[in-house]
This record gives sequence, C-alpha cells and structure tokens, in this order.
Amino acid sequence: MIAADVLLKARGVKKYFPVRKGILKRTVGQLQAVDGVDLDVFRGETVGLVGESGCGKSTLGRTLLRLLEPTAGEIEFDGVDVLRLGGSDLKGMRRHMQIVFQDSVGSLDPRMKVSDLVGEGLRIHGIERKRRDEVVIEVLERVGLSAESAGRYPHQFSGGQRQRIGLARALVLRPKFIVADEPVSALDVSIQSQVLNLLVELKHDFNLTYLFVAHDLAVVGYISDRVAVMYLGKVVELATSEELFRRPLHPYTMALLSANPEPVPGRKRQRVVLQGDVPSPINPPSGCRFRTRCPIAQPICAEVEPLLEDHGASHGAACHFAGTPIEGTPALTG
Amino acid sequence: MTPLLAVENLRTWFYTRGGVIRAVDGIDFSIPLGGTLGVVGESGCGKSVTALSVMQLIEAPGRIEDGTKILFDGEDLAKLPEGRMAKIRGNDISMIFQEPMTSLNPVFTVGDQIAEAVKLHQSVGSKDAMDRAVEMMELVGIPSPAQRVQDYPHQLSGGMRQRVMIAMALSCNPKLLIADEPTTALDVTVQAQILELMKELRERLGMAILLITHDLGVVAEMVDEVAVMYAGRIVERGPVADIFESPQHPYTEALLDSIPLLGMRYTQRLKAIRGVVPSPLEWPEACRFAPRCDYVFAKCLAEDPPLLRVPPQESACWLCQSGRRVPRTAEALV
Repeated sequence: MIAADVLLKARGVKKYFPVRKGILKRTVGQLQAVDGVDLDVFRGETVGLVGESGCGKSTLGRTLLRLLEPTAGEIEFDGVDVLRLGGSDLKGMRRHMQIVFQDSVGSLDPRMKVSDLVGEGLRIHGIERKRRDEVVIEVLERVGLSAESAGRYPHQFSGGQRQRIGLARALVLRPKFIVADEPVSALDVSIQSQVLNLLVELKHDFNLTYLFVAHDLAVVGYISDRVAVMYLGKVVELATSEELFRRPLHPYTMALLSANPEPVPGRKRQRVVLQGDVPSPINPPSGCRFRTRCPIAQPICAEVEPLLEDHGASHGAACHFAGTPIEGTPALTG
Repeated sequence: MTPLLAVENLRTWFYTRGGVIRAVDGIDFSIPLGGTLGVVGESGCGKSVTALSVMQLIEAPGRIEDGTKILFDGEDLAKLPEGRMAKIRGNDISMIFQEPMTSLNPVFTVGDQIAEAVKLHQSVGSKDAMDRAVEMMELVGIPSPAQRVQDYPHQLSGGMRQRVMIAMALSCNPKLLIADEPTTALDVTVQAQILELMKELRERLGMAILLITHDLGVVAEMVDEVAVMYAGRIVERGPVADIFESPQHPYTEALLDSIPLLGMRYTQRLKAIRGVVPSPLEWPEACRFAPRCDYVFAKCLAEDPPLLRVPPQESACWLCQSGRRVPRTAEALV
C-alpha cells in the first residue's frame, strides 16, 4: 500500500492516568494504560485491537479519536494533525470519526427517542429538523430497524437492536472512520453474528474504515484485515489476520490462541497455559512487560525492552525470541 | 445403574404481575456418578433457573411446579423439607457462580469463609477447619496458601477469587458440582487456567459436574454429554462429539454455524438466526423454535415435537421423525 492510503496515523501515543491518594489527592503514580503505540490504519481496512482486560485497547481507541487527551504522541487523521485542532475545526473533524460502544444501555439516553438519539449528531452539525428526520429513517432502515422505531425509546428494544441504534448513531454523519469498541461482546451468539454481518455490509456500502476493539480473538480475526495484539499498554504483535493465525510469533499471541476454547470437540491443541495474572499497569515489569508470565523468558527480557520489529510479510512482533515454538504445557500452577 | 441425579419433568414457573413466566417448562435429564453434563443455551433459555432448581434455591414469585421430580442419590429434592435440603446443599451438592466477587463476603477473609463452609457441614473444630481451608486452597493452586487464607476477597484477582469459590465448593467433597458460567467473567488466559483446574480436580476427586454455560467452546472442552436448551425446553441432547459433528436440531445447527471459528474471515458470511428469542410470557405454540427456523413446515406450527430418538442423540424436531437428518454444518466444520 502506498503512503497516501493512510487514513489514521499514530506515533508514540501514550495515555497515562494519574493515581491519586490521600486527602490532598497527591499523584502517587501513573497508570500507563497506553504506553507508546505506533499504528497506521489504511483507508478501507479493518484493524482489530485484541487483548485482555486492562491491556489498554479501549483507551487506545478513545485516545485515537481524541475522546481522551493523549499524554504524548502524534495522531494524524486524513493528513491533519488531530492534536492541534480546536473549537470548530475539531468539531468538523469529529463528523468523520465516530465510535460504537459495547454497553448499549449505558450509551443511549433512556429519556430520548430513537429519532433524537440517532439525529443528535445531525442537530449538532446544524441540519434542520425536516431533513434530519429523513436521514434518520434512511439510516435506521439501513441498519435493519423499521421506520416506526424512530418514535420509540431504547428500553423497548432488545440488546441486538440497541446495538443497531448505536450503529445508526455513528453512521448518520457519514463518517470515514468508526471505532467499534467491543460492539458484539454483550450479545448472544445468534445475535452477535447478525451484527457482525451487518458491520461487514455497512463497511462495504459506506466505504468505511474500522478500528475493531474486542477481546475475542476469533471475532477480531474474522472481521479484521490486520490485527494488533496488545498487552499492558503495548502492541506486542501486528500482522494480517491470516498471518497472525498461521504464524503467531509472540508467545503471548500463541497463548491467547491456544487458550481460545473452540466449539470443536477433540480438536486438542497443545495448550499454553499462562501462569498468574496480568501485572499492574501502574508498576509494569521492566524490559519486556510479558516476561513475568512468559514461558520462554530469558534474563535479557528483564533488561532490554523488545521493540515491534518486522519479521517479514509486514508481520511485526515485539519479542527477543519471536517465533520460538513453546514446548510442552507448563504444569498447572497459580 | 441408577444415575446420581435424575430430573424428571422439571417445571419452574415465575408468577409475576405481567403473567406467568414459564422459565423452565418440562425438562428431563440425568447425570451418572462422576459424569459431566453441559447445559448450553442463550440468555433467557432457562439454563440458570435449571441449576437453581436442582439446588432448591428458587424464591418467590418462582415455584417448582407439582409433578417435578429431582432425584438425587435416591431422594426427591423437590419434596425435601428445607432443613434436610440445607444439609445436602454444600455437602453433597455444591455450586459455583459466575461472579465470585458477589458470592464472597467482602468483610471476612477467604480462609474464614472456606472454614465456615467446612464447619457448617462437618463436625470439626475451628483449627481443623482452617487447616482444611489451607489444604483446599493448595489443592486449587493458590500459591502460598497459608498466607493467602488471611486475604480479603478484594485483595485477590478475579481468577484467584474463582479458585477460592472452587475451594469452598469442594471443601466437603461433594458428589455433584454445579458450575453456573464459572469462567464467563474471566479473561481467556485465566479462563484456560480455571478450566484446566476443573478438569484436573474432576479426575482427582471424581465428582459429577453440571456445567451451565452459553459458550459452546467451553462445553466442547469440558463435558461428555450436552443438553441444548431453547425457550425453557431441552431441544437436543447427546454425547458432545455427536452434537457438534452432526447436530440434529436446527437450533443447535444454527448456533454452531453462527460462531466464527479461529481463522474464519469476513468473506465467508456468518449464519445468523433471524429474529429474536420469544418472550417467556408467551412461548410460541407448538415448536418454540419454529418462528426462527429455516426448515419450518406445517406440522411445526401445529404440534409440539417431543424429544425424538435419533441415536446417539435425542432431538425435539419433527424432521427427526424419520431418523437422523444430515445437517448443513457437517461439511462446514471439517
């Protein structure tokens, strides 16, 4: 792909949250939610961000839209430096970048009708009422909801339908880029597949670019062209979806893949059971952040932080021993 | 050989102001000594109410209807006085829940809570009970258990808390462990740890397991027998491998088809089940899956299909009247 195709470009993006304690609320530490991420999202592709709770994937998604102010780094959207924008310029830019949330109950105001919820973006951007209602109905039908839905309230819909309302809200301004933050995680599998199919259709019909954030590796791999695996605020592996599943290079990715329970009895893979839990992002391990749980860690991993390096076929991995097969399943431990 | 648990015509209904919710509406299943049964289904299918019914933990306005038999070790739990049931609960049958934080008391140490369970059911002193707590925590793979017994629940991670719940549930050597979505709240690498632990403990202690889950992947890995629930009924049951390889009920088939497997891409459209789960206030007449079924024909709307024998499975579908059917899924899964 040529450089001109980059829609979103992030360099060295960091987002720290201060940890405050005591009655004076003094800052006693920094929670390093996202700690130096470089990412290019090309026009028309879907990039998946995958990782476990607390790895910083949602924070990264929100920071890239500048819903959270980054602590450091550069973000360029469509050739414009997003971090320099303010006031009406930023508002104008926001038309093109939208977000869909996991929690469709929490993200839809229960006292607003669907027509107002979906039309809110249009109102903010000064579209008059009559035109607004037309567009709202058009978008509702496009996401598979009836025109009558416009007059109803969020609680009158099921989880899957509420997620469609969330999508309509994001689509109504005809954005170029949508961050979908765990959009199907709260849904039952039969409904999940409806929404995934819809996302694929909409991307095609509206020429969208997605950043798809989720913890389910199979779902992320299904919908994404490229996948970034995150661990404790860093991208540890980045590759096309096919590459990642065929040739995982980072031991964390290997562990994630082997931990994924597949609905195929008898298909037993060599299980890589990781030990312990994810360390605190307030005080992450030195060197490689994964080393405390890594089955192949060596002394160098505590000293030198591995960088995301290319291992061919645009496959990046941040590991000193990238590609080393993990032998045997570690004994069952805490 | 008589099974350890045999449930016959279980009907648990809730008498609400809006009407009678027939959450579980006539199901039969059994588990042999040391056997494993997985009950799978989507939200609202009645799987959790089934578990709570076996434990006799249904509270008003819910009621287990007359004609229900829950035979455990020769006794009908549905007819047992509460005093006797309290002895069985926690002693012969234990249960673990999805959210360990809400099941643990935040103001007591985890050691006290395990010891309490031991003292309640076995005539031992405080010292012995605490020793047993340490022993149990070691068994479930909690590092340095002698120190960790003094921890409060909030000091432990989600995975460790679930281990404490398992330690507590197993402290009295139950014959049957009921696990209701035991790993749903956990990250996938931690889920893998807990599943490995449960498998290992089952082999070592030989208790029977009733596993309630929405996750077909977890079922494939954990159990021998599966019962698929839809709208308060069991629609298909049989050995796990057969259910997954050649589902006989269209709902099972559609459920399996709607999950993206690792490595599947969006170019391959997911099978979605149209519509939504019907309201439990008024289940559809005749076959409850008929309104969403791809194979529906006249008889489905006229007569309620019983569980028909299609060895080694049983399926509540009129298509199985003339023997096993060949599901579409068969080739797709290979």
